[in-house]
Amino acid sequence: MDLNAVIDSAVSAPAASASDYKGLSNVATTNACKLCTPLGATLAFKGVEGAVSFLHGSQGCATYMRRYIISHFREPMDIASSSLGEKNAIYGGGPNLKKGLLNAMQKYGAGVIGVATTCLTETIGDDVARLLTEFREEFKDLPLAELVHVSTPSYSGTHMDGFHGAVKALVDQLCPGSRENAAPANSRVNLFSGMVSPADIRHLKEIFRGFGVEAIVLPDYSETLDAPALLEYENIPSGGTSVADIRAMSGARASVELGRAISTQDTAGTSLNERFGTPLFRLGLPMGIRETDALFATLKSITGVDTPRDLLLERGRYIDSLVDGHKYVSGLKAVVYGEEDLCIGLTSFLAEIGVHPVLVATGARNRNLSAHIEAACGSVLREMPPHLRPIIREGADFFDIVEEAKTLAPDLLVGHSKGQRAAREWNIPLLRVGFPIHDRFGGQRLLHLGYRGAQALFDRLVNLVLEKKQNDSDIGYGYL
Amino acid sequence: MTETAKALTPEHIACPEDSAAIPAERATIFEERKDQIHRVGDGDFAMACNRDSLAGAVSQRACVFCGSRVVLYPIADALHLVHGPIGCAAYTWDIRGALSSGPELHRLSFSTDLQELDVVFGGEKKLAKALDELIPRYEPKAAFVYSTCIVGLIGDDLAAVCKAASARHGIPVIPVQSEGFKGNKREGYLAACKAMRTLVGTGETADISKLSVNIMGDFNLAGETWIIKDYLNRMGIEVVAGITGDGRVDDLKRAHGAALNLVQCSGSTQDLAKMMREDFGIPFLRVSWIGIEDVAESLYAVAEHFELTQPELAAGMVERTALLVRDELATLMPQLKEFRRDLEGKKAAVYVGGSFKAFSLVKAFRHLGMEVVIVGSQTGTEDDYRELAAICAPGTIVVDDANPLELSAFLKEKDVDIFVGGVKERPIAFKLGVGFCDHNHERKIALEGFVGMLNFAKEVHASVMSPIWQFVPRRESQNRPIEEA
Repeated sequence: MDLNAVIDSAVSAPAASASDYKGLSNVATTNACKLCTPLGATLAFKGVEGAVSFLHGSQGCATYMRRYIISHFREPMDIASSSLGEKNAIYGGGPNLKKGLLNAMQKYGAGVIGVATTCLTETIGDDVARLLTEFREEFKDLPLAELVHVSTPSYSGTHMDGFHGAVKALVDQLCPGSRENAAPANSRVNLFSGMVSPADIRHLKEIFRGFGVEAIVLPDYSETLDAPALLEYENIPSGGTSVADIRAMSGARASVELGRAISTQDTAGTSLNERFGTPLFRLGLPMGIRETDALFATLKSITGVDTPRDLLLERGRYIDSLVDGHKYVSGLKAVVYGEEDLCIGLTSFLAEIGVHPVLVATGARNRNLSAHIEAACGSVLREMPPHLRPIIREGADFFDIVEEAKTLAPDLLVGHSKGQRAAREWNIPLLRVGFPIHDRFGGQRLLHLGYRGAQALFDRLVNLVLEKKQNDSDIGYGYL
Repeated sequence: MTETAKALTPEHIACPEDSAAIPAERATIFEERKDQIHRVGDGDFAMACNRDSLAGAVSQRACVFCGSRVVLYPIADALHLVHGPIGCAAYTWDIRGALSSGPELHRLSFSTDLQELDVVFGGEKKLAKALDELIPRYEPKAAFVYSTCIVGLIGDDLAAVCKAASARHGIPVIPVQSEGFKGNKREGYLAACKAMRTLVGTGETADISKLSVNIMGDFNLAGETWIIKDYLNRMGIEVVAGITGDGRVDDLKRAHGAALNLVQCSGSTQDLAKMMREDFGIPFLRVSWIGIEDVAESLYAVAEHFELTQPELAAGMVERTALLVRDELATLMPQLKEFRRDLEGKKAAVYVGGSFKAFSLVKAFRHLGMEVVIVGSQTGTEDDYRELAAICAPGTIVVDDANPLELSAFLKEKDVDIFVGGVKERPIAFKLGVGFCDHNHERKIALEGFVGMLNFAKEVHASVMSPIWQFVPRRESQNRPIEEA
C-alpha cells in the first residue's frame, strides 16, 4: 500500500496560500536560491563506486562547481571536463569528449564515467548519446568504463533536476531491459534518497538494516564525500554504489523514493517500476515525526519487521525533548528556503514543533510546492491561524525572499548558508541545514533525517534561540 | 619515452610507453603534459605553457568569464550583471574577500537567469529589461554586463543592448566579452581590461598630484590595498585608483591622471597598463606586495622613479622610503624570528593562479627558514617558469597548469609540511595530511605588505606546528614503533 496515498487522501483542504500567490515579477535574478542543473548531476555521479563526474563543456563550469562543492564538503571533488574551446564550439565537441573520456579512464582508472552536458554543449547540439556509441565502437578493443550520460542544460531547471536526472540515467543505462532480463530476485530494497547529506545516507542505511534489509542506496556519496584521512591519495575515493548493485536493482524487493516534489515525475523509481514491476513507495523526506513515521510504516510493510527498539527509543526521546523544549520555540515565525523537497520536510518538521513557517521559498519552478506542503503538514497546518499559514513561493531568489520576509518579521531563518546576509541584517538566528554550508564547519555531517535527525535539528534550533536570548539579555541568565 | 622525458619523471610515476593504450598501471602524469613540468637541475630548462587545458584532466583552471569576473569583481559601486544561465552568477556570489570602504554592490549576484525560451528566441529583451529593473533599484555608477558561453552562441548583440541602456539610464553600461569557452583566464583578463579602458579617460584630472599612482592588479583582499596605500601615502604619493581593489567607477574614470601605474599580478591588469601607456603616456612598474624583499624593492622602485622624473617634487622620497622600510622591519623581524625558530627546515609547496605570487612566496618562505620544493601556477609563461627555476634549489618541481593527480603525487614524493594554494587545492593537501595556507582570492587574512608577511608567518606556523599531524596516516606510519615491522 502506498502510504503517500493514505496521507494525501487525509488532506482535502486547498493550500492556504494558493490564492495569495501572485507570482514573482522581477526579470533579473538577484542572489539566486538555486544552482545550475549540471551541479546536481556531478554530485549524484559522485555516489557511484569508481565513478568520475565529467562535464561536457568549457573548463570553467567544472572548476566553479568543484570549488562550490569543495567549500561545503571539504573533500576532494574532482570533476573532469572536455575543456571545449572556440573551435570545438564551432565544429562540435566530440573529439574533445572522446579524448577526455580516454584520459579519465587512463589516468583516473574510472570504472564509470558520468557525463553531464552544459549549456554550451546543449546549445551547439552535441548528441552525447551518439558520441558515446561511437566511442564504444572506436575503442572496443580496450577495457572501457561504463559510460552514463544525462542531459543537463543549465538554462532548464535547477541542480535538483540535474541530480534526479542523473540518478534516473544511472538506473536506465546501467540497469537496462525489462522483466525478461531482470537480475535474480534478491531481498534488498532500492533507496533513492535524493540530495541529502552523507550523515543522512549513513543513518538511512542504518535504519534499513534495523528492519533487517540491506538498502541499495543510489547515489551513495556517504564515503566518497566524507572520507577518512588517507595515507595514499585515491584518484577516486572509495565507496559509492557499485555497478553490480545498480544492476541488482531490477531484482530488488521494492524501491523507496524520498521526496514529494518528484512524486509526479518520471524518476529512477518509476523506471524500475515500469520495466521490472519493482513496487515503488514514494514518500516525503523523513523529517520530523510524521514523515519519519511514514518511512518506518513503509519499511514495516515491505519487510514485515516491527520498528527496532533502538529506533523506537530515539522516537521516544525525541518526543520527550519536544515536551522539555517546546516553550522555547512555540509561536516563533520562521522563513524556510532552499530545495523544494528540503523545504517541504523542514516545513513539516517546524509546523509540528509549534514554529510557524510563515514563508517557504524555493528557486525551483512548477513544483506544486503548496500542495505538497499541505499534504506533508496535514492537520498541523490546517489548525494554524490563517494569518500564520505559510506563504509559498516558487521561482524565488533572495531578493524576493528578503522583501517578502520584511513584512513578516520572522524570528528565525531555516536554510543553507546563503541566508546569512539577511539573518545578520535582522539579527535573527539562522538554522543552517542542507547544501551549501559555506560559512560553518561540518556541513557534510549534518543530520536531518529520521527521529535522530529531527532530534539534532531540534537541539540546534532550541540552542540558537537560547543563545540569542542570553546574548541579547542584559542579565545574561545562567539558567535558561 | 625519450631519455629527457625519463629524466624529468621519477620512476614511480613514469609515463606509459604508448599513450593510446590503457596501461595496467596508471601513470600520474599525462603524456601530453610532460613538457609542462620541469625539475630544477635536470637538464636544460624547457617548458610549454599557455596551452589549452587537456580534456579529461581535472585542470585547476577556470574560463574566460572567470578571468573577467575576478578582475572586475572588486569595483564596488558598479552593477555586475551576468548575462547567462544561473550558474555563472551563483558560483561567483560574494566569493572573494575584496573589501570596500563604501558601497558593497559588488557583493550581490545578478543574473539574467536565461531559460530555454530565451535561448531559442534570444536574450536581448530580457537583458534590457533586467538592466531597466536593476539600475534604478541600485543606482550604480556603471554597469558591467558579462557575456557567458551561451550568449556567444545565441548571438545576442550585447554591445547594442548596453549602448541603448546606457542612453536610457545615463550611466556607462559596459559589455564584457567573456564567453567562457573562448580561451582561458587570460583572455578574460584582457576582456576586463578592455571594459575598464572605456571608463579611463572620461573623468576630471585637474586636481591630481604629479606624484600619483594607480595600484593595479591588487584586489584589496582583507584590506591589502589599504596597507599599500598607507605606505605610498607615507612616502608622499597620492593614490588615484585601486584597479580594482576598493575600486570605484569615478576613480577609474580619472585614472589617466596618475603619473605612474604600479602593476601587480602578472596577467590581470597589465593589458590595461599597456593601453594606458600607449594612449596616455603613463609608464608602469611591475611590483609585488608579497614578502619582505619584494615589498621593499617595489616601494624603492616607486620612490626612485619619482625622484628621477620629478626631482624637485619628490626630493627625499627614497630616504623617506628607507625610513619607512626600516620602521616596518624593526617591528616585523623580531616577531618573524620567533616563527622561524619553529619552522626552520620545513618544506613547502606552492601552487597559485599567477606566477608573480609564486616568486614572492618562494622568497617569503626563505625568511621562515623554509624551502619551496614544488612550485607552479595556472597561467605562468615560459619566461616566468625559467626565472622561477633559477631561484629554486635543485630538485624543485616546477609545474604549469597542474591537476589533482600530479599535485598529490608531488606532495607525497617531496613529503612537504605545508601547501600554499586555493580552495581547490586545499582538500588535496588535507586528505594527505599536509598543512595548508589559503593564498587565493578568497582569503580573509591580509598577506600583503610587511604586516602581511607577519600574518603569513602566523598562518604557516598555525598549520605546520599543529599537533594533529602526528595522527594522520602519513605521520602515524612514520612514527609507528618498530615492533610492528
